[in-house]
Amino acid sequence: MSSVVAESPADQLLHRRLGLTDAELAAIEARLGRSPNDLELAMFSVMWSEHCSYKSSRPLLATLPTAGEDVLAGVGEQAGVVSIGDGLAVAFKIESHNHPSAVEPYQGAATGIGGILRDIVAMGARPVAFLDALKFGDPAEPGVRRLVRGVVRGIGGYGNCVGVPTVGGELWFDASYERNPLVNAMCVGIVEHDRLARAAATGVGNLAVLIGSPTGRDGIGGASVLASATFDDSSAAMRPSVQIGDPFAGKLLIEASLELVSRVLVVGLQDLGAAGLTCASSEMAERGGTGMRVDLAAVPRREEGMAPFEVMISESQERMLAVVEPPRLSAVEEVCRRWGLPAAVVGTVTDDGHVVVVDGGQEIARVPAVALAGEAIVIQRHAQPPARKRAAPAPGVPDLAHDGLPERGMDPGAVLEALLGSPNLGSRGWVTEQYDSTVGSDTLADGQHGAAVLRIKGTSKAIVMATDSQPGVALADPALAAAMAVAECARNVSITGARPLGVTNCLNFGDPGDPEAYWQLAESVRGMGDACRALGLPVTGGNVSLYNESQSGRIAPTAQVGIVGLLEDVALLVRPAFAAEGDVVALLGETSPGLVGSEYERLAGGAPDDRPPSLDLAAEARLQQTVRRAAAARLLRSAQDVSGGGLAVALAEACIWGSHGAELTLPVALPPAVALFGESPSRVVVSVEPERWRDLAAVCAEHGVPCLRLGTVGGGRLRVRLSGDGATGAAEERGVTVADDIDRSVEDLRRAWQQALPRALGEVA
Amino acid sequence: MKVGVVVFPGSNCDRDALHAARLAGAEAELLWHDDPDLRGADAVILPGGFAHGDYLRSGAIARFSPIMGAVREHAARGGLVLGICNGFQVLTEAGLLPGALLRNASLRFEHGWVDVLAERTDTPFTAHVPAGGVLRMPIAHGEGCYFLPDDELDALESRGQVLFRYAASSNRNGSLRDVAGVISERGNVAGLMPHPERAAERLLGSDDGMLLMRSLVESVARTGVAA
Repeated sequence: MSSVVAESPADQLLHRRLGLTDAELAAIEARLGRSPNDLELAMFSVMWSEHCSYKSSRPLLATLPTAGEDVLAGVGEQAGVVSIGDGLAVAFKIESHNHPSAVEPYQGAATGIGGILRDIVAMGARPVAFLDALKFGDPAEPGVRRLVRGVVRGIGGYGNCVGVPTVGGELWFDASYERNPLVNAMCVGIVEHDRLARAAATGVGNLAVLIGSPTGRDGIGGASVLASATFDDSSAAMRPSVQIGDPFAGKLLIEASLELVSRVLVVGLQDLGAAGLTCASSEMAERGGTGMRVDLAAVPRREEGMAPFEVMISESQERMLAVVEPPRLSAVEEVCRRWGLPAAVVGTVTDDGHVVVVDGGQEIARVPAVALAGEAIVIQRHAQPPARKRAAPAPGVPDLAHDGLPERGMDPGAVLEALLGSPNLGSRGWVTEQYDSTVGSDTLADGQHGAAVLRIKGTSKAIVMATDSQPGVALADPALAAAMAVAECARNVSITGARPLGVTNCLNFGDPGDPEAYWQLAESVRGMGDACRALGLPVTGGNVSLYNESQSGRIAPTAQVGIVGLLEDVALLVRPAFAAEGDVVALLGETSPGLVGSEYERLAGGAPDDRPPSLDLAAEARLQQTVRRAAAARLLRSAQDVSGGGLAVALAEACIWGSHGAELTLPVALPPAVALFGESPSRVVVSVEPERWRDLAAVCAEHGVPCLRLGTVGGGRLRVRLSGDGATGAAEERGVTVADDIDRSVEDLRRAWQQALPRALGEVA
Repeated sequence: MKVGVVVFPGSNCDRDALHAARLAGAEAELLWHDDPDLRGADAVILPGGFAHGDYLRSGAIARFSPIMGAVREHAARGGLVLGICNGFQVLTEAGLLPGALLRNASLRFEHGWVDVLAERTDTPFTAHVPAGGVLRMPIAHGEGCYFLPDDELDALESRGQVLFRYAASSNRNGSLRDVAGVISERGNVAGLMPHPERAAERLLGSDDGMLLMRSLVESVARTGVAA
């Protein structure tokens, strides 16, 4: 029989091979009052991994606001749950599967989908939507293209099969993600209040039933090996640590689990994800204030000769642990049999607070559940801001930010077309066409054009979902970037008319042992907390992914935010596209300077002393409230967030998506580049029927939100004339020939936008 | 009038089909693959999804399900059977409809809204479709490329068994002669790759699919063709 020890070179200590430090071994010994045996050490190594224990991030996460009147389940549960009234609630969570996707993109992404799906199912909720936030390196690199294709295929391969629509997400390219792509998967489910399941092992004498696929050797040490170490050239050797997904089994597991919950056949339910049976048994016991006795011989296997530690830490997919009262066991077995799923009693709930592992009648491990789960080690890390906030620009990069576009003789229309045709701003169609977004017959908006919207059958309601991040700004100011991500995500939800209910987050950062990386994490959490408090949003859960580093360096700090909101009346849904000729177009909110982190900066280069735009959280809150009020009063015909590519891109998108042109005049006090392409937050482009314009202006004035009339919807071209001090006068005085205006046919803009991704990925010339 | 929607392990449009059938005014119920009984259904829908994971080949395992015996008998008696997407694949595997659905020419899963033309409006599935009308419905499949040898396709066309064709630039899977759906020679078994049940409400982007669902429901109610 193989064992952990037999595989260890004699000169290397086992705990180090398992990724534990000497200090952590000492802490384990202190908690046990003795030395752990090899199996116990293996169990600690996965549970005390960064992925499972949050040992570096817990003190930071504790600062986030979590309370809210709609919150039914929050941090510490498998997913956050917020009420949407009518006895219904939404369960939602976002989670990373970055390193598995870097090693094996198809399976890594597929099992990321399967994992987050089971977290939602474990709450008793029927999954109704996926959103995926993906980050990759330069799409011109062949290795990056391979990752993009594999990840997208893997997400579709799992998500399409289980019949849950993929309705949105984010796709972003930046060189820092070249070898360490980010795959952050969000799942949203609907659950009735009285069917909400908990992942607690309660009731001494109750049975622990392992449901789903037999256990194999796949995914051994995924949490500790993959998720908690940086990357190097040996990454390919980590492939055995990547789990293999079986979406068919996943679909059966959804149906069986939901039937068990709806028929009240289970007391508790937990997904087996990272750290497998060790995690499920210890977390369920810890939440229930109980213990659990696990009989290894009873665990169904798909391979022979598995060592006890392999069975306990295997991350084989499509498994759930259910806690069942003995009289209901036969009914549980019958449900599982009907869905073709193995179900085996692998343990019992005890009252001694310990996870005890038994094999062949012999006790081979005994560990307090809280030592593994609730009271795992906390590491106080050191934070150090970087000495130099920004790298100096390369010589020869023009100082466009300050001069402004027209004075450089550049055509703002050409810049707009270039931005729409860039991989970060172009159509996501190449990706979304590979996902089923309409299964379930609830999809009102699939997230390609703003937030995703799903109606709730049997009610007048809809839920609205978005996920956002601001990695471009994050290198300069991680706190600002995280706050901007929260603000943008909430704004995307609010402008549909919906009220944001709660936040889930996925924090993707570098090695926490590096003071600068830890500072980025700490700052991001601070910024996120500030924004959530200002907007009245509770954080209901999420996930932390550290060690996102490779030979090519550390990733841009990436605080990914996911928000779910509630639209009470689906008939009041506001969409982003221009809707009718003659409607008045207006900009709500104020434009502020700063081009750092913008797509314009990526395209044209930045100025050495420029900075990111500023965020006024009070103004943001007022803006969102105002837009929601205007939507509820049926004043808005469309509302489109101003974000990547700035006002010009927001206007162009509203034109392209609505197949309408617009005749607009933009008074600019700031440099034209800032006015047109700056990405300062807290702005929304709206269109409104002419006879409602006064009412809208009045609502804005009442809330102190700037409201600037730009022109009207109409024709087949987008025309934006610049006027005012900051525009062209200065250039004309200097005798520079300039193209002052944007004047492009909507069809030309659409073509640039549509071809962006296929071109970037080398699929069309 | 009762519609039975078969649930195979891995079906995932079963509840959508149920919803659309009810919207069309039918009583509708889920039928279990393992049950060799149609429970009094007057018409049967084989829904979309990934029956048995589509492992081996789409529909290849599902055709052996106990309920398929009852579906076959129902069809032999002239009862109506509609296969949507994966259900269409199951019907071709079961030999109830001609042809085969191969991997999409793009070798990718394809999702999107397409325009479909009804070749015939004199069938129980299309009676409500206006002649020459274009139906807007979603597709969502990896294996929807309709294939039949040339001479058999000629024969199929000459017998009027091509029920639906993709409109210009809507054939995203490479189907031969743009075939999107076919009907049995007797006219009581039909299958198509697009999803009429997902195009059941204007709110969701189109209610063109209801023309099919209503045709099905009212044909049974009118003619009493049943099990």
